[in-house]
Amino acid sequence: MVNYIIRRFLAGILTIWAASIISFVVIQLPPGDYVTAYIANLQSTGTVLSREEADALRIQYGLDQPIYVQYVKWAGLMLRGNFGMAMEYNRPVREVIGDRMTTTIIVSVAAIILIWALALPIGIYSAVRQYSIGDYFFTFLGFIGIAVPNFMLALIVLYASFKYFNVQNIGGLFSPEYLQQSWSWAKAWDMAKHLPLPAFILGLAGMAEVVRIMRANLLDELRKPYVVTAQAKGLSRNRVIMKYPVRAAMNPFASTIGYLFPFVVSGSIIVSLVLSLPTVGPMLFKALVAQDLFLAGTILLLLSILTVVGTFVSDLILMWIDPRIRHGMEGQS
Amino acid sequence: MSQQNAPILSVENLHTYFRQDEGVVRAVEGASFDLYPGQTLGIVGESGCGKSVTARSILRIVEEPGKIEQGNIWLRTSGSNGSSQRVDLTTLDADSQAMRDIRGGEIALIFQEPMTSFSAFHTVGNQIIEAIRLHQKLSPKEAREKAIDLLRQVGIPKPERRIDEYAFQLSGGLRQRVMIAMALSSDPKILIADEPTTALDVTTQAQILDLLRQLQEEKGVSIILITHDMGVIAEMADAVVVMYLGQVVEEGPVDDIFHNPKHPYTRSLLKSIPSILAKPRTKLATITGSIPHPYNRPAGCSFHPRCPDFMPGRCDVAEPKLQKLNERQVVSCFLYDNLPE
Amino acid sequence: MSVAIEPQEQETVSAQRIFVATQWQLMWWRFRKHKLAMIAAAIIILFYVGVVFADFLAYADPQISEAQRSLLPPQPIHWYDGDTFRPHVFGLTGKRDPKTFKRVYQPDPNLKVPLKLFAEGYEYKFLGLFKTNRHLLGVEGARAEDTIFLLGTDLQGRDLFSRLMLATQLSMVIGLAGVAMSLFLGILLGGLSGLYGGAVDNIIQRMIEIVRSIPTIPLWMALAAAVPTSWPITRVYFFITLILGIIGWTTLARVVRGRFLSLRTEDFVTAAELAGAGQMRIIFRHMVPSFLSHIIAATTLALPAMIIAETSLSFLGLGLRAPAISWGVLLQQAQNIQAVALSPWLLYPAIPVIVAVLAFNFLGDGLRDAADPYG
Repeated sequence: MVNYIIRRFLAGILTIWAASIISFVVIQLPPGDYVTAYIANLQSTGTVLSREEADALRIQYGLDQPIYVQYVKWAGLMLRGNFGMAMEYNRPVREVIGDRMTTTIIVSVAAIILIWALALPIGIYSAVRQYSIGDYFFTFLGFIGIAVPNFMLALIVLYASFKYFNVQNIGGLFSPEYLQQSWSWAKAWDMAKHLPLPAFILGLAGMAEVVRIMRANLLDELRKPYVVTAQAKGLSRNRVIMKYPVRAAMNPFASTIGYLFPFVVSGSIIVSLVLSLPTVGPMLFKALVAQDLFLAGTILLLLSILTVVGTFVSDLILMWIDPRIRHGMEGQS
Repeated sequence: MSQQNAPILSVENLHTYFRQDEGVVRAVEGASFDLYPGQTLGIVGESGCGKSVTARSILRIVEEPGKIEQGNIWLRTSGSNGSSQRVDLTTLDADSQAMRDIRGGEIALIFQEPMTSFSAFHTVGNQIIEAIRLHQKLSPKEAREKAIDLLRQVGIPKPERRIDEYAFQLSGGLRQRVMIAMALSSDPKILIADEPTTALDVTTQAQILDLLRQLQEEKGVSIILITHDMGVIAEMADAVVVMYLGQVVEEGPVDDIFHNPKHPYTRSLLKSIPSILAKPRTKLATITGSIPHPYNRPAGCSFHPRCPDFMPGRCDVAEPKLQKLNERQVVSCFLYDNLPE
Repeated sequence: MSVAIEPQEQETVSAQRIFVATQWQLMWWRFRKHKLAMIAAAIIILFYVGVVFADFLAYADPQISEAQRSLLPPQPIHWYDGDTFRPHVFGLTGKRDPKTFKRVYQPDPNLKVPLKLFAEGYEYKFLGLFKTNRHLLGVEGARAEDTIFLLGTDLQGRDLFSRLMLATQLSMVIGLAGVAMSLFLGILLGGLSGLYGGAVDNIIQRMIEIVRSIPTIPLWMALAAAVPTSWPITRVYFFITLILGIIGWTTLARVVRGRFLSLRTEDFVTAAELAGAGQMRIIFRHMVPSFLSHIIAATTLALPAMIIAETSLSFLGLGLRAPAISWGVLLQQAQNIQAVALSPWLLYPAIPVIVAVLAFNFLGDGLRDAADPYG
């Protein structure tokens, strides 16, 4: 068991390391180095950096040294939580990102909770009542969920609410009066009220996928011998299904979080843009448009870390619910 | 009349079909046999001959889209006042309380895959205790005591520890023992053992068969033993039913079946048993051809394409009926049609 | 090596058909049973016919903009003029709004603009072979204002229908190119992984795990944003395809690896090895044909993701940019919800995206089921 945790943990670290390299490459992509871009940006706002200051910056970022040294220095800065300055905002990246990271996590987790809460009963229903009208209905809905890119879904929902309910401010996570306030219970409650819609838009595609997985797994499990054993004991059909195959199908179901989380976080970026949610999405977009790839790279790295942590948590959940992993019998099934 | 001589279970003309888009699979087509108290009835046949479906039909747990189309399954139960009564299981609703009381209570099942027959997510104890509490009014604690006791009875060492383990932590032999313990937990009258030893190695096989015999002596259960292994039949059964393509082709006491087989199929089955007395390097007899696809069952006697005694114009035209050959044996074959009594 | 087959006199004709049928025939028989997949296949063929004849189907130069005709609503086709069959649309008459001084166009039932088949229009190269100016539909009206806008016009007054035809061409082709890219990477890496196993397999599996756990959209966005704005459009296409391929290969690699692993232990592969066939021969003569069908199915299922990715990127303005025309580029104009509320036809390009993605999904599902004819 300890082995399993250590292995998953090391895999996470490895992923973060790889993500850091990718982020670093992204930062290096545009012509000219970071300081040149920074100076140019400052100049456009009227501040002129002296040569010495520029050189000091170059040395701080190690821009005069070979690329791998630069990477190590940059990675060191990242590790210490020093993410540098965000040009567009002229404030430290850390300050700019902080709150938005929180909202990104909240929106993503809300979407995943919604996906699970709906996909589990639907998946069970569809498998147990295979080929019923309800099953066809949910399968159809699932295909729609998969086929409509979530930004499009967001657009359609915006359009419909604007056109038919004349609601202008359907997007956003907060009512206008809370926007500038600091966190309070009232603000949290306000956000909770705004969450379901973005969570649904964000979750629909993932939900369709999870329902599909749950249905297929449960159909598989329903044919397994242990179902016959349980039936032969004299349990009623419903109790058999709920206690055994559903329990077994929960496992692959839980492991879907491993890819659901990157998927949802990834989707939140684009949905946030359409619905103007204050997540890191719009910020990443602005940074990219402004060619502030330093900020963009940092966001990319942070998002990767977020998904790695999410995946690790899902691994722990999986271990907690799967006795085979708990007892070190992963190889067998 | 004596209770001993009345069958505890009678299957009469059972038909179980699977109707699918591609066609109808006639898994069981007119099976009949009787099971007597304390007896072991062996059902033999190649895979796909409908043995397992027969067992599941008795328990009314045939999976979709299988359905009992015709026939009766009479179970003799003892009423509260000691008198016996007969229930036709085919008339009960499969998920009804009455049927569920019989399932696991009167008739229990153990079957071939001891690994996949247990849930990997629940301890074996959990699964046994569940079975106990379904049919007996016991507190969780008492049920646990009983489960440990049962595990001890089937020869599991350190049962108080094993009870909290998962099926995948046990060896194949132990798993099958747990399975037997679970099946016997509510003192059923009938135990259906569907290929109970197929997945086990030879030594373990022998141990499990010994255990079954011993438990039968102690508790007096009747056993329906389903297997493709004539060796297991010879060792365990009192009476034998030979099935081919969903039909019973021959029935009789074990001695007659082995020493005086009548149906060509039974003879072929017996010839295909490797014998320790055979000359070295002699070729083992096989039954020519293979089992026809269930969608296109041959016309006439379903065995005629593979039959060494095939009579053209007879066997491929008409279907033979089960007929009594003598006091003990029943066979369905045209070879015995015109024999004088 | 040949396998001895017992003489089977009793086989019915249909069973014999199954025995002698090739793998592809079996798959076709199975595939035919999927009604939905058959319909999806027809739709996709239709789409690609549209791709080939995009310029022919369009009737107005997709790049010519006219500010005065901004956001005109779709003009429906009227089939009958009185009792005679004469397809036409109502012409538009422009008036100047007395308050805003903008020209406002109104359909005028008295102005009938007749439609002509194979009409002359803007010049293009048919199939890239020869120049022509014939289009399926057109108006050869006398006045410059006699035009048709079957799906209305966009903000710049360009004909949405014609633009949609060309967008379909680009989006469908770039999806294919992206898939081809990830197919190449997927077969290469998945094949290496499945074939050699051990350390190679381990490294490639870790790689896949890493790529999968990095959120794709931000990565796409970052990579796409790194494309210098000064690049020529062809190079941008290439780069976008590359980006789509780089991220999409993992699923295909998994399929290929899984197939390789299961085939390695198959009897016929062992038989070929024993018969002394070389490794390359075994792979290409024996293994690849037996999982080609799975690859095709997996590829079909990978296409929707490509299309959605391109559409999303271009929608954000980070993928293809004007003057390129793709579904995402068209949808960019739908970003402003106020504009959409007034001119809902700006959302129309969403329909082909959804239809194409659905069709590829159904087709892929059907293919996947058919790919295992013996299963």
